[in-house]
Amino acid sequence: MLRLLLLAVAFCLTLPGISHAQSLQDLLQTHSEEVLKPGRRSVGVVLDDLVASGLPQVVPFLEAWRDREVVQRGSDGLFFRVEGDTLYDLDSGEAVGPAESAGLTDSRPNGGVRRAIGDALVQFQLSDPDIMKRQAAVDAIARSMDVSQLAPLENSIEGERDAALKATKERLARMLTALFAETVDDRIAAIEGLAGDLSVDVRAVLNTVLSTSTGVAPALPEDANIARLLEPGQDLSEADAYAQLVAADLAPPLVSASQIREALVANIADGAVAGFPVHQLGSDDSRRAAYQVLAKAGQVPPLVTQAEQAAALDSHVFFEAYDEPSAAITDAARATLDKIETQVALSQFADLALDGLSLASIYFLAAIGLAITFGVMGVINMAHGEFIMMGAYTGFVVQLFVPDYTLSILIALPLAFAVTFGAGVAMERLVIRHLYHRPLETLLATFGISIALQQLAKNIFGTQARPLTSPDWLDGALVFNDVIAISYIRIAIFVMALIFLALIVYVLKRTRLGLEVRAVTQNPGMAASMGINPDRINMLTFGLGSGIAGIAGVAIGLYAKVTSEMGADYIVQSFMTVVVGGVGNVWGTLAGASLIGFLQKGIEWLNPSNTLAAQTYMILFIILFIQFRPKGIVALKGRAAAD
Amino acid sequence: MSTLLEVSGVSVSFDGFRAINNLSIQFAEAELRAIIGPNGAGKTTFMDIVTGKTKPDEGRVTWGERNVSLLGMSESQIANEGIGRKFQKPTVFEDQTVRQNLAMALKNPRGPFAVLTHKKTKRNAERIEATADQIGLLDSLMRVAGNLSHGQKQWLEIGMLLAQEPRLLLVDEPAAGMTSEEREKTTDILREAAQTRAVVVVEHDMEFVRRLDCKVTVLHEGSVLAEGSLDHVTANQRVIDVYLGRGHA
Amino acid sequence: MRRSFIGENPSVLWFLLALSLFTLGVTVLSEVTGVALISTSFVKTLGKTLCLCLIAVAMDVVWGYCGILSLGHFAFFGLGGYAIGMWLMYARTEAIVLESLAGQPLPPTPQEVSDAIGNQIFGVVGSSEFPLIWAFADNLYLQLLMVVLIPGLLALVFGWLAFRSRVTGVYLSILTQAMTLALSLYLFQNDSGLRGNNGLSGLQNIPGYEDTSQAVISIVFFWASAFALGAGYLFFAWVVSGKMGSVIKGIRDNEARVRFLGYHVESYKLFVFTITAVVSAIAGALYYPQAGIINPGEIAPIASIYLAVWVAIGGRGRLYGAVIGAAFVSLLSSWFTGGGAPPLNLGFYTIQWTDWWLVLLGLSFVAVTLFFPKGIGGLFDYLVRKPE
Repeated sequence: MLRLLLLAVAFCLTLPGISHAQSLQDLLQTHSEEVLKPGRRSVGVVLDDLVASGLPQVVPFLEAWRDREVVQRGSDGLFFRVEGDTLYDLDSGEAVGPAESAGLTDSRPNGGVRRAIGDALVQFQLSDPDIMKRQAAVDAIARSMDVSQLAPLENSIEGERDAALKATKERLARMLTALFAETVDDRIAAIEGLAGDLSVDVRAVLNTVLSTSTGVAPALPEDANIARLLEPGQDLSEADAYAQLVAADLAPPLVSASQIREALVANIADGAVAGFPVHQLGSDDSRRAAYQVLAKAGQVPPLVTQAEQAAALDSHVFFEAYDEPSAAITDAARATLDKIETQVALSQFADLALDGLSLASIYFLAAIGLAITFGVMGVINMAHGEFIMMGAYTGFVVQLFVPDYTLSILIALPLAFAVTFGAGVAMERLVIRHLYHRPLETLLATFGISIALQQLAKNIFGTQARPLTSPDWLDGALVFNDVIAISYIRIAIFVMALIFLALIVYVLKRTRLGLEVRAVTQNPGMAASMGINPDRINMLTFGLGSGIAGIAGVAIGLYAKVTSEMGADYIVQSFMTVVVGGVGNVWGTLAGASLIGFLQKGIEWLNPSNTLAAQTYMILFIILFIQFRPKGIVALKGRAAAD
Repeated sequence: MSTLLEVSGVSVSFDGFRAINNLSIQFAEAELRAIIGPNGAGKTTFMDIVTGKTKPDEGRVTWGERNVSLLGMSESQIANEGIGRKFQKPTVFEDQTVRQNLAMALKNPRGPFAVLTHKKTKRNAERIEATADQIGLLDSLMRVAGNLSHGQKQWLEIGMLLAQEPRLLLVDEPAAGMTSEEREKTTDILREAAQTRAVVVVEHDMEFVRRLDCKVTVLHEGSVLAEGSLDHVTANQRVIDVYLGRGHA
Repeated sequence: MRRSFIGENPSVLWFLLALSLFTLGVTVLSEVTGVALISTSFVKTLGKTLCLCLIAVAMDVVWGYCGILSLGHFAFFGLGGYAIGMWLMYARTEAIVLESLAGQPLPPTPQEVSDAIGNQIFGVVGSSEFPLIWAFADNLYLQLLMVVLIPGLLALVFGWLAFRSRVTGVYLSILTQAMTLALSLYLFQNDSGLRGNNGLSGLQNIPGYEDTSQAVISIVFFWASAFALGAGYLFFAWVVSGKMGSVIKGIRDNEARVRFLGYHVESYKLFVFTITAVVSAIAGALYYPQAGIINPGEIAPIASIYLAVWVAIGGRGRLYGAVIGAAFVSLLSSWFTGGGAPPLNLGFYTIQWTDWWLVLLGLSFVAVTLFFPKGIGGLFDYLVRKPE
């Protein structure tokens, strides 16, 4: 069948325009029975003949047949395509009259047959004028690779006009060749040609070539392509090894505790089993003893002793053998796969680094405001997380009024800054100002504000998450290769973090305000006596720190959901960032955010299934880190730090 | 007279600023010494090093007959070795009574469990009263320390130091903010204490130093500039330069 | 000695007297005596409140007296609850399993019993193996020891690490908060060995007393909680009234000065931190059998912050302040959030207290910090003016 098919396809492709004596209807009539009631086996003959005919009507017929639109007219046994209420001639495609259900018999191909029809269609679709159909055919082959698809695919490459699709076809053909080519050399060449391709399907192909199955035998079989030997107790557990022996009928099965129990229960007679009273059988030892008496009497299969198990394991070899018999092919596949996996690992590392970088920039945005206020005023603002939330909700509200997402984000950023700046200044004036020199009480008072704000947001916006939609041009991701990709939103957040870093450094180092802020940070008393108004500086710093939190809120809201609790999710990490980085220093915060961002991604990579554990370990790491650098990475030294 | 404390070749710097520069200084068993010097001369840092608050970058600090090094010790260990320190600002426990302040300072076992099971004894009460008498606060034993006058707080702190029964007393600007009568009394207390132990006074006020009438060490830029009687050091040209016109030294 | 201590601290006597009267009063009015003016569930609420008062007293000692704003004491409270909950759950499941296995033709082996219990307890997290930490769960006395040992050791190790590196002030608060967060995140995992977010449940059923009514059990736990609170109060009042109190208050006010007086400040902090952690754990071990269920959410950092709120509202640096704060705020909170408070109609808007209680609490907390730093307990200063 395969040969026929290949020939047929070659025939139609190389000799188009040849005239045919037969009509499709004639051809179908010769297989009338199979067309009406096709079976998985019998349909092959029909399909072969149809394909061999090279008739242009074959493709629409096959599609109609597959879609269960073919009927036979009882009066003359002719086949038609039915669509709606109309019958169409199969050869000319013209309508021939209304379809009356009486006198028409449906051809009802089952699932297996329809799949076979679909396979036959793929060959035609590969060269279909419609690029969508060609693409779909290639996708179908890639989904379920099969030996029969290799030749039609290779034949269709030459005539492919679309360069991208041609490349895809060539790649797919290479994979099929690696799997199914007839000669060893062809396969090895194809396998080696796959090197440098990091995609998942190529790796799957190579893994298919390298698929192994475990085996056990008294001696290593000569003809097998052995992948590796397995040592019981090291490579596989002794229990598993013995189970394999049992499965291969090379050793008697073990008697499990529940089997012992069932055997004993089945042999209870007069309140005793084999002379053991039932009430004594409450321990494993006594149960085994009773069972052995039964076994001696031949009533139950004997127990397998430890020594017997060990002897059975010793007298057999356990191994993994490749399903592919040719060692040359498996060696080539192994070498290629190793090469690819090295590249994948490197790419994953790069991808992880990008992830870490984007997480670090989020933490930096979330923490920098906190770091500034903590550094200048020595107060921890527990409501900082709620300022982040306020910023995000500001963005949400702006989007309610401004439907253009680009514009709304451009409005939301300064507005969020303004709103949280105002909230920060108000909080400083009303609360924090009265609590200087009582840092722990500031912490608690701001905590009170935090729970009030959180509940207030819940009352206003409800408990469900609100979306903050990013503009279209931020959708999608920047893709470097099959492994390395980073979404544009994360890039935008990274850029935003960079801008704020530059802005804050500029404000602190190059402006009058920055000079005064630094003066107050280092020596408030001295600064006051130099004519700097510390009250004003404190208020402005607090507003600035809160305003940045608002902007961070918009940024975070773009990629995470906006909820009343979102601030709480970031506040502990922000504290950690500040503490690890060192207080009162922008670079310290940057270092802290980087450390925590990269660390969190690194731990998640080591233990991807369990993000809870990752967070636990990270916090433990931070607690230990504080042991060695109590003042953070960038520590202030000298008398200022000691006070 | 044998040496009680020897500081030799000590240097320490903060962010590149050398607060103490190859400083060497010695104190005898029972003496009264005044350390003077302009702002930033390293007086407070010197006390920080001796009491263990700051670790020097290099140099040695040895203590007592057995020449123990103080450098590896924590603040509390050094205090228990017999070095007491009074801060520049009066730091007494303002929420507690004078008696409680003195009781805490009294030389007794310092471990948490010893303190937890501590019982009030007659001997301790007598010691507290004796110290209170020495600093003139016998009538104020039950008063809360926060309600004392500035001078009384200074005396209470000196009293707490005395109750510790240290062998070396480091006193930072005891006379700051005092009236002249209070100063006189402070001088008396310190001179009396120096009969049995070493007392080192860091002071700005020349008049007060003159009244102490003791050996004087002048610090400048983290090292010893001059040493001797007050008249001797004030006659020193370099000292005059340092005090009057900076930049000549 | 004892008399002089009580003599110097008459408030302790007053407190113990009030606590005894309260306990007696509740007992008389409960369902046990037939008066039934106080329902069994309210007796449980009151018993739980007494436990909260006990941990508040511990919090007051560590924060109000020693100046360590720990945001981790509720973690110790929870650990105590988990430790006792393990025994309660194990023993009760064992009884059920033994009963169901009794009908089998063969007497069960110890392995079969243990497997069946494991299946019952850990089925919800898809396991039947007993984790190592359940090694002592079959023994009440060992597990009671665990109530004290596990939180005590955790506090000791954490405190040693933190105090040794001179972490103080807000830094220390954040570090304790991080510890609490790490612990609760760990417990949320299914393979933590403590049933993940399901927690331990059915703790109100006391093994061996299946036939005793909950009314009696609730009163017994109420008495036990009252006794624990009385004993804890007495103990801490004694600790803070003597020279120990002087030293730890000194540490709060000026740590460096205490250090230069020759006290090893770290040891004192560690002592206070650990001893209060142990008392918190005992409070937790009494609380959760009355609550009936414990899960990792109880340990979340927010709980420890609320604890600080209670103490601050009640008044720091005075033990009865902590008791008043904890009782007042926690009872008020359950009244408001339980829908007990009538809605407030403002004309244009009706305030539902279930929605607005947290806003009120947060703002009143700010107000207390700003205007009444001495809290409710400070009011006593006006009532009982001491002659100065």
